[in-house]
Amino acid sequence: MQEFDLVIIGGGPAGLAAAVAAKEQGIENLLILERENKLGGILNQCIHNGFGLQVFKEELTGPEYADRFINLVKEKKIRYKTNTMVIDLSKDKLITAVSKTDGILTIQAKAIILAMGCRERPRGALNIPGARCAGIFTAGTAQKFVNIEGMMPGKNLVILGSGDIGLIMARRMTLEGAHVNAVVELMPYSAGLTRNIVQCLDDYEIPLKLSHTVTNIVGKDRLEGVYIAPVDENRKPILAEEEYIPCDTLLLSVGLLPENELSKKASVKLSPITGGAEVDEGRETNVDGIFACGNVLHVHDLVDNVTEESYIAGKAAVKYLKGLRIQSDRIEVKAKDGARYVVPKYINPRNIEKSLDLSFRVKDIYKDHYLSVYFDDSRAIHHKRKIMAPGEMQTVKITSEMLNAHSLCSEISIVIEKE
Amino acid sequence: MHDVLIIGAGITGVSIARELSRYDLKVCVLEKEIDIAMGTTKANSAIVHAGFDAKPGTLKAKLNALGNSMFDQLSKDLDFHYRQNGSLVLCFDENDLDHLNQLLQQGEQNGVQGLMILDKAALIEMEPNLSDGAVAALYAPTGGIVCPYEMAFGMAENAYSNGVEFYFENKVLDIKKSNAGFTIKTNKGTYESKLVINAAGVHSDEMNNLVSDSKLSIIPRRGEYCVFDKEVGSYVDKTIFQLPTKLGKGVLVTPTVDGNLLVGPNAVDINDKDDLTTTQSGLDDILRRASLSIKKMPSHAIIASFTGLRARTEADDFIIGEVSDAKGFINAAGIESPGLTCSPVIGIMVKDMVVDMLKPQEKECFNPIRKGISRFTELNDEDRQNLIEANPAYGNVICRCETITEGEILSAIHRPLGAKTIDGIKRRTRAGSGRCQAGFCMTRVLDILSRELQIPRTEVTKFGGESKLLVGKNKEDI
Ligand SMILES: Cc1cc2nc3c(=O)[nH]c(=O)nc-3n(C[C@H](O)[C@H](O)[C@H](O)COP(=O)(O)OP(=O)(O)OC[C@H]3O[C@@H](n4cnc5c(N)ncnc54)[C@H](O)[C@@H]3O)c2cc1C
Ligand SMILES: Cc1cc2nc3c(=O)[nH]c(=O)nc-3n(C[C@H](O)[C@H](O)[C@H](O)COP(=O)(O)OP(=O)(O)OC[C@H]3O[C@@H](n4cnc5c(N)ncnc54)[C@H](O)[C@@H]3O)c2cc1C
Repeated sequence: MQEFDLVIIGGGPAGLAAAVAAKEQGIENLLILERENKLGGILNQCIHNGFGLQVFKEELTGPEYADRFINLVKEKKIRYKTNTMVIDLSKDKLITAVSKTDGILTIQAKAIILAMGCRERPRGALNIPGARCAGIFTAGTAQKFVNIEGMMPGKNLVILGSGDIGLIMARRMTLEGAHVNAVVELMPYSAGLTRNIVQCLDDYEIPLKLSHTVTNIVGKDRLEGVYIAPVDENRKPILAEEEYIPCDTLLLSVGLLPENELSKKASVKLSPITGGAEVDEGRETNVDGIFACGNVLHVHDLVDNVTEESYIAGKAAVKYLKGLRIQSDRIEVKAKDGARYVVPKYINPRNIEKSLDLSFRVKDIYKDHYLSVYFDDSRAIHHKRKIMAPGEMQTVKITSEMLNAHSLCSEISIVIEKE
Repeated sequence: MHDVLIIGAGITGVSIARELSRYDLKVCVLEKEIDIAMGTTKANSAIVHAGFDAKPGTLKAKLNALGNSMFDQLSKDLDFHYRQNGSLVLCFDENDLDHLNQLLQQGEQNGVQGLMILDKAALIEMEPNLSDGAVAALYAPTGGIVCPYEMAFGMAENAYSNGVEFYFENKVLDIKKSNAGFTIKTNKGTYESKLVINAAGVHSDEMNNLVSDSKLSIIPRRGEYCVFDKEVGSYVDKTIFQLPTKLGKGVLVTPTVDGNLLVGPNAVDINDKDDLTTTQSGLDDILRRASLSIKKMPSHAIIASFTGLRARTEADDFIIGEVSDAKGFINAAGIESPGLTCSPVIGIMVKDMVVDMLKPQEKECFNPIRKGISRFTELNDEDRQNLIEANPAYGNVICRCETITEGEILSAIHRPLGAKTIDGIKRRTRAGSGRCQAGFCMTRVLDILSRELQIPRTEVTKFGGESKLLVGKNKEDI
């Protein structure tokens, strides 16, 4: 058995940034475990640009963004193992991993940062009826085929779900010579970033069918077509208006789920809304010394936000290792009226030096609404925002002054208000 | 010239093949699909029925309890997963208690051991997640669960190792009586055999009708299912049936032997024997009806749905035996539920007929043992370490949901009658059958298949035929 002060599970942007932060704060004995043959996580297959505008103030591709951090990890001589899959984790921070070269690896860590990213929801999660033929892929699987292997999973497509990966793949497949018939979205709005709708669909005249869904899948061996139909306000398909679209491929971009199988084994408490851990301001979970950041905590649309969050987790883990984290008088943060969730869920005010960003998502599209933050019944923030959409993560800053002024408060809430 | 030619590599055909492989006979199996168990055997409830269901006097009733009693030994010899979890038939109405008692008596008549009626208190103690509506139940401790395709692989690999030949992608198109026996024409070639055994599942009527004037007619009856994540796999421990009422036969809720939860089937007659689609109305229907049995339907945890087709004949019973107007042609037709449970006995029955006709010698070298694929997840860390040291491919996890290693996938490809498709790998190893449904491992499994079978990646299929996954290289069409 090996021992480490800090082990980071997952070598995507979250794990890398957390490792860099921890090393900068003076932790030497740390290790990153990554199951792929390369660090960088999902960014390795995101060859489009649009990464790094916040962190590096320039537009990078996914692999370029990842390389910046991989280089930092190498410069700082942070140890990592690739081709190593963590298969078990206990709440006492005992890790079991497996690889071809090490066989079964058991590691006792003093602190752990979970950075396993997320996975895509499959067809089964929607229970779409019809044929069970070849030609149905999640958008991420298709992205891997096209961007990493240079192979086309199909030439005539329908994409279900307007998440960012679906939008990006609509453009990618078009550029690679395929025809995209439509992107079909159940909700009356897209789950993706506005800039992706413009740059990936509008620029290529790919129709976005909002309030529509796939009702049936047709094909014997390979997909031959899909039926789509508009949905009513209860999201039930209006079958009378069903329409058949011949196609050889259906891509699913119907949501991402934080990959928390290991977290569950370690008794980490998960939020039913985000599917990620319930954490405090340092991204520490309910399990002492286990932290989480990046898409495993909640799904981010921008990698820059992942990086910021992971710095926080990396620094807090160091404080934990040095015995400097204070856990007392914690206040619960709640998402109310219009807000779907907020991260972090708890704040220990004495750990806040200057200020703290709360990340949250809204439930619907809100135009010219106010974002308010209440400390119990007292409203401390009341900002008008032009537009808030479920597809774009929002942040709001609360300061230590606010916390001091409401030092006896028992809950903080985020509310979306008309006025 | 073969002594015996079997049509169909479903559980019926391969069980017969294995029994015949005990003898000095030249036996072959013709299968139209690319793999074993691609018909009804891949899509059913996977229950080793206790045997109380069938009407006394029928073949089903005669064979069921006997078949059930063979699973324990068979699962050890052939190394497939089987668990005797017991089953419960729920009764929701005091007025139906007589009916429940009749079922018990019928079971006893059929030779089922250990049946008893449980009252509500005993029932809830046994299965705390049952719905409040259940007032009593018939408990059958001998009921079990099995993985039907794993069992079929076991049977087939063992038959193959004992000398039976298998020819895939060979669809029987015509059968002619010849002097020495039969001439069988397929899409690939022509075979001669002294005897022919018809184990063609939903197509067994067509095979029969090629040689006989006593025509059979099978109307495929669809049964749809939902499979749930392992997270809710132990929501119930026993197989939960519903007492049939005027309103219908009821649907079941059961754990699978691999640890998932399974709900289904409905029963809808259809026309197309190859139509394995699922329907919205069907899936809604089974979920709604199954909700009667359990406290809360964990609909959020559904990971897949599928359809199986019952080989329904007018006789409403198995049709097993030599066809009177075509000597040497033996039917194992209309094998609907409990066909899986009965398959080991059907194998013996048909073997006895063949032995009677051809009087072959028993082989001395017959080996009843088949070793399955070592499952990494089922080993302790020490055994895992040894396995990886001996073969590092066991240290490379390919399927993250089920923790399936490259070593297992290589074994699936290179063992007797090995996997040739993505689904073939999935059924042999479970790679891709977990909660992400191959989102993670599909690209990897595809690469391994292409490398090991030495075929281009564009030729790798999901299940044979035109079910290719990749259509070409990037920018080919620009
Ligand atoms: C298709 C797509 C397009 C995107 N487009 C943009 C964009 O245009 N602009 C932008 O800013 N952001 C974009 N994003 C978002 C951004 O890429 C992600 O938010 C970010 O990569 C998440 O980082 P992460 O480290 O949390 O997760 P990941 O990048 O998924 O990394 C997680 C890592 O953990 C590893 N891992 C998981 N489990 C284990 C285990 N058990 N053992 C060992 N290792 C394990 C994984 O292999 C992986 O390498 C996009 C994301 C996707 C998926
Ligand atoms: C919904 C449902 C639920 C069930 N539940 C249970 C249960 O819980 N317990 C139980 O014991 N039983 C159950 N059964 C019954 C059981 O599944 C079947 O009895 C059994 O699988 C039948 O096996 P088979 O080999 O006869 O048919 P199949 O598995 O269909 O095999 C027939 C094979 O013949 C091949 N074939 C057909 N035509 C040709 C041709 N012309 N040339 C070459 N090959 C051909 C097919 O491709 C196929 O592989 C269920 C059945 C259904 C449909």
